[in-house]
Amino acid sequence: MPRYLVSRLLQAILTTFGVMTIVFFVMRLSGDPVLLLVPEGATREHIDALRRELGFDQPIWRQYLTFLAGLLRFELGVSVVQRVPAWDILASRIPYTLALAGAALVVAIGLGVPAGVIMAVWRGRWFERPIAAIVVAGQSMPTFLTGILMIMLFAVTLRWLPSSGVDGPQSVIMPAIALGMLSMSTFARMARIAVVDELGKDYVRAGLARGLSPGKVVARHVLRNASIPVVTIAALEIGNLLAGAIIVETVFAWPGIGQLAIQAIQSRDFLVVQAIVLFVSLVYVVVNLAADLLYAGIDPRIRFGRS
Amino acid sequence: MSAVQGLRARLARTPMSIIVMGSLLIAFVVVAVFAPLLAPFDPSRQSLILRLRPPGSASPQGVTYLLGTDDLGRDLLSRVIYGARASMFVAVASVFVSLLIGSALGMLAGWRRGWVEIVIMRFVDVMLSIPAILLAVLAVAVAGPGFQTLILVLGLTRWPRYARVAYAQTLQVATLPYIRAAELAGASATRLLLRHVLPNIAGPLLVVATAEFGLMILFEAGLSFLGLGIQPPTPSWGTIMSAGRQYIERAWWLTVFPGGCLFLLVLSVNVLGDWVRDRLDPRARTRG
Repeated sequence: MPRYLVSRLLQAILTTFGVMTIVFFVMRLSGDPVLLLVPEGATREHIDALRRELGFDQPIWRQYLTFLAGLLRFELGVSVVQRVPAWDILASRIPYTLALAGAALVVAIGLGVPAGVIMAVWRGRWFERPIAAIVVAGQSMPTFLTGILMIMLFAVTLRWLPSSGVDGPQSVIMPAIALGMLSMSTFARMARIAVVDELGKDYVRAGLARGLSPGKVVARHVLRNASIPVVTIAALEIGNLLAGAIIVETVFAWPGIGQLAIQAIQSRDFLVVQAIVLFVSLVYVVVNLAADLLYAGIDPRIRFGRS
Repeated sequence: MSAVQGLRARLARTPMSIIVMGSLLIAFVVVAVFAPLLAPFDPSRQSLILRLRPPGSASPQGVTYLLGTDDLGRDLLSRVIYGARASMFVAVASVFVSLLIGSALGMLAGWRRGWVEIVIMRFVDVMLSIPAILLAVLAVAVAGPGFQTLILVLGLTRWPRYARVAYAQTLQVATLPYIRAAELAGASATRLLLRHVLPNIAGPLLVVATAEFGLMILFEAGLSFLGLGIQPPTPSWGTIMSAGRQYIERAWWLTVFPGGCLFLLVLSVNVLGDWVRDRLDPRARTRG
């Protein structure tokens, strides 16, 4: 176990480092990063002063090292628009996005996993096809379409729910469904494949032969074994949900990091955008690491299998 | 058996849903290609006295606006027709870019092994841990929006999936006897990869490409909806819906028609993609 832990940790650190490198170069895509950081209509002197202040007059390798050193000290830079550290702006929005992504994950797992299990266990029954159709449809719905249609129906026409913003706990319902739909399909497909895979294995036949009821075999053994790939997907989906928040939060005026990203782009506050991309990617890496370690804990084959 | 009979026999064995979705996709392609012939109006001609007219309203010349008009008095049907063009063009081009980059790097990693393999596959892992939509948003915001940027950004963010598949497949194929034989016969690495490896790994790559095609359509629409993709006045389903979001209480048609087209196009691509995958890889079957 310690060996696996160490190698997996090193891998995560290397990935984080790679993410920082990619973000560093993407920020320089426009040629002159200083122009991204000054407000529109800034004077020549102002631009040159900022260039020196931020070190953009240095050779690129030195800029790169400074950038990495800053990140190691958890310095994400200071917003040029609001004049406060980018991290402070980001931090005030994180709880909203976490609440939204968490609620969306509940929607996705709560609907997706049962749908997948039903499709796998009762294969070929009449209700398999409509469920399969809903799953494929969910996968083809753009989040902003689901969102706007729900606003039209539940907020404008029926007036059951607030159309946007944060106004009590019921505000999260529509954004969470819009965001969770796509993941719901992913969970349904993965759960279905995992359960079908497990149902074909010898231990299922052995359990049935020993006289266990099919319900017991599925509930006690199949679901447990099928949960391993589903946990992996959950980890991947958390990253997708955080990224998908950028569209859903714009539709519902939800004050999380997605809405912040778009506002920051519109006000040309690129250090804030950079901070958001770094933060979400880091969360993604950490969650994946946690998932890997979690199922190394569940499944001894992973712990001892590799040499 | 004649060609027509053969086709008929094949169609009889094809599930109804596939025929319906296939026809739908063909219809979208036809609309996209022949947009200038099919659109009843110039999609960018504005008319401020005819703003936000509901579907079925008549123009002063007596021509009906079948799907109504938008916030600048432009014919929505024409804009939706031209939007199909933008959507398909961006998706096809960016899938092509990412397929090219991904399969080249993946094959190289699987063939050369050693440090080339380590560097490329590590890079793939890193790329896969930045959510693609965020990276695309950052890149488009930095580089400035536009058709070419959009295609390049989408293509350059979505190649790692192809690389993974090409890599795994190349590893398998490279050990087969006929590859060793061709190598002994003196074939160059380029020739080996293009003539002997690529045709054998094309199937799985195609499966990835169909799944990615649907995603690219959604990405383009999403970025355009956020104002970071195709720029007005060029019609795109995402930008039309972005305007529709502002008139949500007065003009449902601005959301429902482009949104419905987007949904149907992605649905047809996904259903056909699943079908292709099931036929090539029975293990991943989604229907029993």
